[in-house]
Amino acid sequence: MDWSAYLPMILQGAGVTMTITLASIVIGAVLAFFFGILRVEGGPVLSTIALCYTEVFRGTSLLVQLFWFYYALPLVGLSFEPITTGILVLAAHAGGYGAEIVRGALSSVSTQQLEAARALNFNRFQTLFRISLPQAIVEMMPAFGNLAIETLKLSSLVSLISIADLTFTAQSIRNLTLDSASIYSVTLLCYFAMSLVLMVAIRIIEHVVRRGDVFPRSAHS
Amino acid sequence: MNETNDPHIIEFSDVTKRFGILTVLDNFNFSVAKGEKVTLIGPSGSGKSTVLRILMTLEPFQEGKLTLAGTSYHEPGGKGPFQASETHLRQIRNHVGMVFQSFNLFPHMTVLRNVVEAPVRVLGMARAEAEARAIKLLQMVGLADKRDHYPVQLSGGQQQRVAIARAMAMRPRVLLFDEPTSALDPQLVGEVLSVIRDLAHEHDLTMLLVTHEMRFAREVSDRVCFFDKGRICEQGAPDEIFGQPKNERTREFLASVLG
Repeated sequence: MDWSAYLPMILQGAGVTMTITLASIVIGAVLAFFFGILRVEGGPVLSTIALCYTEVFRGTSLLVQLFWFYYALPLVGLSFEPITTGILVLAAHAGGYGAEIVRGALSSVSTQQLEAARALNFNRFQTLFRISLPQAIVEMMPAFGNLAIETLKLSSLVSLISIADLTFTAQSIRNLTLDSASIYSVTLLCYFAMSLVLMVAIRIIEHVVRRGDVFPRSAHS
Repeated sequence: MNETNDPHIIEFSDVTKRFGILTVLDNFNFSVAKGEKVTLIGPSGSGKSTVLRILMTLEPFQEGKLTLAGTSYHEPGGKGPFQASETHLRQIRNHVGMVFQSFNLFPHMTVLRNVVEAPVRVLGMARAEAEARAIKLLQMVGLADKRDHYPVQLSGGQQQRVAIARAMAMRPRVLLFDEPTSALDPQLVGEVLSVIRDLAHEHDLTMLLVTHEMRFAREVSDRVCFFDKGRICEQGAPDEIFGQPKNERTREFLASVLG
């Protein structure tokens, strides 16, 4: 088959996939920190609200969430562009898993650190943002890395609400050319290349939050 | 604060502290004069660390009254000693500093930032001033050249000396040491004790020290208190307690630790 005709389409689809993924990761990270912090610090009411959010989005099918926001929500008068729906649902999904990661990492900060903060008279807010979170973020990074790549792969589901992402484009080309083997191989390679880019980006962020290998590895130098 | 007619900076009266069904301090009475250096000794579980932790507001207590520099741990108009608001407790905490057994430096901050962070954030000190003071304190503990290192790059003894500088940076009137050398390799104990010894010469600083270093306790303290089962069994000048202990339990304890 003649690739030169289809390459621009594939690249455009890949671009849409990357846009949706990155936007979902960024919004999802904000949601993850917001709800994860509420779980730990929010008091009985707010932490229950955060718990409901995480459990609803972790406990239901992402595909059905997409359908619900795309087909059901307009029935009550709320409708968004497909791409907006895709990003919001993917972000909420990633945020649900991310909030659990944030909660777990925050709870793993040792009591001794919190007592030291208290002895120095830091208030709750300062203890959270100056002491707990900077230490917890390092713990979160590997799990966030997995979640980012998971989000990239799950983004293919948005093709089912008529968004022309990489998967949607691949389907269209296959329907035109009937060359399943080539088109799906190329599509897999594209996803793999994008996840490599994500992995490298995450490694760089991880390196930055670890302060260039000094913290927190416990080897004496 | 009304301190003029009260020579005591710390006053426990009939304080009872329970962990569940376990009574750790039972109608505990104890007072410390301003500038006094007091060492608390005794078997583990006897309540000596709990006294420090209550003073640092790390633990609530159930009954009795505790005042520090004229401020009660009970909140005026509050429901009880254990329900004082965070605002009230933070006022008390401003006068107290603590050095922990396991140092508890912040691993994500350099040595200098460990010392500077609280004065800047909590006391609102200008960063330049806080850094100048921090460097003086680090010189005092002999670690000014390590200011840009991270805690994991230091030995235990060095970490504990930084922790002492960090506590002093908050200008506490009362400094609590909770077994500051117990987690250290024997050859590192001396460097930490020598820093504490220097601080003991500061006239205005009240010090409470929980330790198993008996020779050191004898050397630096004005008063030694022997704890057993949530009470002070015997207290007095170091030479009395170590020289001719009157209480049977004190004698047994000292015989077991001094060998």
